Amino acid sequence: MSEESAVSEAMSTGEAESQLVIDIRGATKVFNPGRSNQVEALAEIDLAVEPGEFITLIGPSGCGKSTLLRLIASLIPPSSGSVQVNAKPAEQARLDRDYGMAFQTAGLFDWRSVTKNIELPLELMGWSKGDRRRRAAEMLELVKLSEFAKHHPSELSGGMQQRVAIARALAFSPSLLLMDEPFGALDEMTREHMQDELLRIWKETETTVVFVTHSIPEAVYLSTRVVVMSPRPGTIASTISVDLGDRSAATRDDPAFFKKVTEVRIALREVEG
Amino acid sequence: MNTLKGFSAPIVTGVVLFGLWEGVLTLLNPQGFVLPAPSEIVGALIDNWDEVYQGARITGFVVGSGLIAGIILGILAALLVTRFRTANETITPLAVAVNAIPIIALAPIFNNWFGLTSPRSNQAIVVALVFFPIFINTTRGLTQVDRSQIELMESYAASRSRITREVRIPNAMPFFFTALKLATSLAVIAAIVAEYFGGRQDALGPMITQSAGLTRYDEAWAAVLAGTAIGAVLYFAVIVLERVAMPWHSLIRAQEGET
Amino acid sequence: MPKIDTMAETDDPLVREHRLKQQAAHEERRDAVVRIVRQTVTFVLFMALLAGLYTGYKAFGQAIDDRQHEWAVVGSVLPRTDDLNMPPVSEIFGQFGETPGGRDQIYVKILFDEALFTLREAFAGFMVGLVIGMAIALALAQWRRLEQGLLPYVIASQTIPLIAIAPIIVIWGRKNFDVFPWEWQDWMSVSIIATYLTFFPVAVNGLRGLQSPRPENQELMESYAANWLQTLWRLRLPASLPYLFAALKIAATASIVGAIVGEISAGVEGGLGRRILREAFNYTTGPDRLFASVLGAAVLGIFVFLVVTGVERVVVGNQNRESTT
Repeated sequence: MSEESAVSEAMSTGEAESQLVIDIRGATKVFNPGRSNQVEALAEIDLAVEPGEFITLIGPSGCGKSTLLRLIASLIPPSSGSVQVNAKPAEQARLDRDYGMAFQTAGLFDWRSVTKNIELPLELMGWSKGDRRRRAAEMLELVKLSEFAKHHPSELSGGMQQRVAIARALAFSPSLLLMDEPFGALDEMTREHMQDELLRIWKETETTVVFVTHSIPEAVYLSTRVVVMSPRPGTIASTISVDLGDRSAATRDDPAFFKKVTEVRIALREVEG
Repeated sequence: MNTLKGFSAPIVTGVVLFGLWEGVLTLLNPQGFVLPAPSEIVGALIDNWDEVYQGARITGFVVGSGLIAGIILGILAALLVTRFRTANETITPLAVAVNAIPIIALAPIFNNWFGLTSPRSNQAIVVALVFFPIFINTTRGLTQVDRSQIELMESYAASRSRITREVRIPNAMPFFFTALKLATSLAVIAAIVAEYFGGRQDALGPMITQSAGLTRYDEAWAAVLAGTAIGAVLYFAVIVLERVAMPWHSLIRAQEGET
Repeated sequence: MPKIDTMAETDDPLVREHRLKQQAAHEERRDAVVRIVRQTVTFVLFMALLAGLYTGYKAFGQAIDDRQHEWAVVGSVLPRTDDLNMPPVSEIFGQFGETPGGRDQIYVKILFDEALFTLREAFAGFMVGLVIGMAIALALAQWRRLEQGLLPYVIASQTIPLIAIAPIIVIWGRKNFDVFPWEWQDWMSVSIIATYLTFFPVAVNGLRGLQSPRPENQELMESYAANWLQTLWRLRLPASLPYLFAALKIAATASIVGAIVGEISAGVEGGLGRRILREAFNYTTGPDRLFASVLGAAVLGIFVFLVVTGVERVVVGNQNRESTT
């Protein structure tokens, strides 16, 4: 696939406003079915995500939020129900490279430079060398790491590695970004900094984001909608819309922000109880 | 049930491998082939049982005694070296380089030192070959300890020897056993090759070369089989020892195998 | 080295943190150079110490005249100290400059040529063993059932002392290896032994290396819908390199051992192994030559080890070197 077609695809999804980016209906997941260690990870999940939304999945450990993310990514198939991404089966969306993904650990390849790491998906999609270089430079600009293009991951701090991972996930302009606790291993200061960076990138690129976290303030600060999940088996307990306008440092001290945090906390407490 | 499952794959593969070996040789029947069919080797083993058994006893003694001496020396050297930080930093890389020396080449010198027909020179080769991997790996295990575990022990005001006993030695166990498994097969090979240069003439080494020289390949392979048996017995002994010495280790591995 | 303008102002906390890290890395690299120099010096000092101990022990033995006494250990665990058993260090090293009878070359040149011959045998065997070992590792990594079934036999294969079968391989090779388009030569049979010793560590460590990528790296490649070959080439193979090099260091040494022993037992002329055997026969007339030839073998072993270590530095480079054995 060429750069142009990837871009035009991203545009075409933008044109069809009404079309859902993610449409999950009655999806379940059972691990090791029929065996002694059978686990019902997800039960009857329904979730619809509009273009441009920032969704966070939050819940206690074992609630299946990472599993749900992997169903959307089609890294594991659902046991029943349907998962649609961009109005096609999730598996087809994966083959079409409709989404980018970032993990808890940056998961950069130690043997590749920062630039080459960002180029990895582009190589797999058969982009020409010149196009790859140009796009990688753009992405480095976006995550403000241009001066580190030739460095190797082991020379970067944890937060910078995560930024490279985000640049890698966005390199081929996917309409959807899936993130599995990407800031979980960072210290609080770096974490808040990265949250602001992510929101800026989200606005600049107009992608849809599904973000897994177990931090309540993070969920409220980032998202337009917080999806609270309950464990054993994983189900969606409630959905809380967040409308705090443009975020800034002041937002974190805003009473409205604290109100939302409390709301999510109560929802989570009900789930745990 | 699960253990049975674990063994079924190697057994099936074994039957297939040996079946193929026997089948191909029976069908093609090449003349003077170096590798006789398994049935011929077993036949030669039965026909020459007394000599092979005697040879295995002599070689087994060289392997066993050399192995034990090499292990003891290796552990002592590792404990000594880790006692002193600077000694450790200089001697360990040195030992890694010295380990690259083909020690078997020392056999002629050892033969002259300890007597051409004495098994002593063969033992010396085995000791030298076993010593290095044991020493290098045990040293690594004793030093590559989680810093926080040491700090925990220091917070209890534990003595140095206590820290060695409680933290360093358990930490060194997996390293030591990895080296020991390597050392057992090295020891058998070293003993047989060293015997080729000198030592008792009724040991396995001379038996292999003499039979091969007379193109009695089946007898040569019967002696090789005896050497393999010594190695296998030692290898399993090490695995049993490992289970006994580090019950926690096999538990961890079993859990990892589950997921 | 990348240029970093530490003077430039920045408000990005990550960049500030990074600069501190860069500085630490820079100091670490400088320390690495110091370490290499120090290791080389200690190696030379250690060798001098060994020579000193050797000479000291010899002098002590001669002073108490160990030939005249019946010591239980001397001649059994410790060598006797006369010039036949322990030629003086000066004579061993002096031997390198001598021209042995019937040759117009000095001894060190002869040893060098023969070391090259042995190196060729070992290298050819090493390369074939590397390919076979990696092929086994790939197959075992691909099919788990195969790993369970075959791995015990790969391990068991190492207890078979193939080295001792060397003469048969050479004799048989002369007669039967005419299937190849080139003429089979005896040194190639020796290479087979080097191959046999090489493939095992490569297969075992290669397998561990191919299985080493973290699950999220696997998932990343899956999320790109990367095929088997792409995942192998871009993820599994690069990730296996540190493990592989740990094996190659063992294998390089083992291939030299295999070549030397193979030459000796197979009667292949022209290499160091054969040289050592010949000097062992002529021990009574020139014990110092035997010691010198064994030293040559030691140098060859350490040489190949250093070459593999150097290649590792270049190839693996920035990757975190995990020590694996």
